[in-house]
Amino acid sequence: MNITLNINGKTYSHDVEPRLLLVHYLREVVGLTGPHVGCETSLCGACTIELNGKAVKSCTMFAVQANGADILTIEGLAENGKLHKMQEAFWNEHGLQCGFCTPGMIIASKQILDRNPNPTDEEIRHGLEGNVCRCTGYQHIVNAVKAAAKATGA
Amino acid sequence: MIPQNFEYAAAQTLDDAIKQIAGGAKPLAGGMSLIPMMKLRLATPERLIDIGRLKELNYIRESGGALHIGAAATHHEVESSGLVRGKCPLLSETASHIGDVQVRNMGTIGGSIAHADPSADYPAALQALEAKFVLKSSSGERTVSAADFFVDTFATALEPGEMIREVIVPLEAQGTGVSYQKMYQPASGFAIVGIALRIARSGGKISMARIGVTGLSGKSYRAIDAEKALEGKAGSATEIQNAAALVPQNVDINSDLHASADYRRHLAVVYAARAIAAALSRSA
Repeated sequence: MNITLNINGKTYSHDVEPRLLLVHYLREVVGLTGPHVGCETSLCGACTIELNGKAVKSCTMFAVQANGADILTIEGLAENGKLHKMQEAFWNEHGLQCGFCTPGMIIASKQILDRNPNPTDEEIRHGLEGNVCRCTGYQHIVNAVKAAAKATGA
Repeated sequence: MIPQNFEYAAAQTLDDAIKQIAGGAKPLAGGMSLIPMMKLRLATPERLIDIGRLKELNYIRESGGALHIGAAATHHEVESSGLVRGKCPLLSETASHIGDVQVRNMGTIGGSIAHADPSADYPAALQALEAKFVLKSSSGERTVSAADFFVDTFATALEPGEMIREVIVPLEAQGTGVSYQKMYQPASGFAIVGIALRIARSGGKISMARIGVTGLSGKSYRAIDAEKALEGKAGSATEIQNAAALVPQNVDINSDLHASADYRRHLAVVYAARAIAAALSRSA
C-alpha cells in the first residue's frame, strides 16, 4: 500500500506492507534511527514519536495507520542547529547516561509541557509512566523537565 | 514480533466500515490491544478496517440526560474532556488510570470494551455507571447494557458483523461521590484488581451505592450484595468493611502468575474498602 506522510517537515512516499510497524518504517525505510526498538511490546517507550502532536509508541502502530499524518521524531526537534529547550535541559541536568531511552523520554517530556507548562513533580512522573530508563536516571530526568519548564516560561 | 500479513483499508465513512465488517474485516481503532495480540500472533485477522480516524465515531456530547461517547474517542480525550470531568467524573478518573500517556493518546473506549480484557480499567466504571453500548451492524442497531455485554474473558455480546458505535453513561447527580481504586500490575499497568464506586447520600444515610469490579474474575461485574449492604447505612468503618467483604463473594476468582486467587480475593476487599471510603468522603 502506498503511504505519504510528513516527517520532520519533509514529505515521504513509499509502498509498504500493511504489517510493517511504524518504528521499522522510520528506522529502516526512512533511515531515522532516533526512535529505538526496546521492548517491542509497548511498555518501554524508547520508540516514542509525535503523531499529529500526540506522543505515541511507534512499535505499536502500523505505518499504514500513519498515512497522511505529521510525524516528529527526535531528529526533527532541533531547529537550524539549535537544540530544543527540552534537549538542552536533558543535557544540562544530566538527564541521560547511556542514551537509549532518551529520544522517547524527550518526546514524552515535550508532551508533558505541551499540555501543562507548569507541572508538579507528581505530574511529571505520571507523564513519564510509559517510558523506562535502565540507567535509573529518573530523578535527573524529572529535574530536566522542570528545568525546561522554567526555561520555556522565562 | 512481525504480525502475519493482512489486507488493510482505512474506512472513509461509518457505512463503509460496517460493510467491511459485515464482510469479515476486523475493526482496528487505536490498536493498543489488537496490535500486541497480532504481534504475538494470538490474533491473525486477514483483513483490517481502520476506524480510528472516523470523525463519525469521535465525539463526546450531552443529550437526553446522558453523555454519548463515540467508540473512537481516545482515553486521553475522555480523561481530559471538561464535559466528562464535570458530568461523569468516574469515567474521566478511570480513563486517567489506563496504561500510560502514549497508550491513552491512541487507545479508544470502544476498542477497550470490545477487547474485554478481564483486567481492563474501563469495565469497572462502566458497570458502576450502568452504561449502555450501542452496537451497529448492516441490519441496524441495538443497545446492550454493560451487565449483559461482558460475557467472559475476551468474550462479549458482539455478534459477527457488529461493532460498538457509542457508549452512553448517565449524568452524575450533584453530590454523588465517586472513586476508582486500583492495584497496578507494575509492568503493564493493568488492574490486578480495580474497584469503581458511586455513592449518593441523603439525610445522613447512603441512598445509592454502585460498585463495579474488574481484574478479579473472567469478566467485570457489579457487586450488588455489597451495594445493598451499604444502602441505608451511615457508612461507619465497620459498615464499609462488612460491605467490602461481600465484593469477592460468589465469584470465580482468577489466579495467575501475578496474583493467586486468595491474594486477589484479599486485594478486592482492601481496595473495595478504600474506594467506598474515598467515594463516601467525596459525596455530599
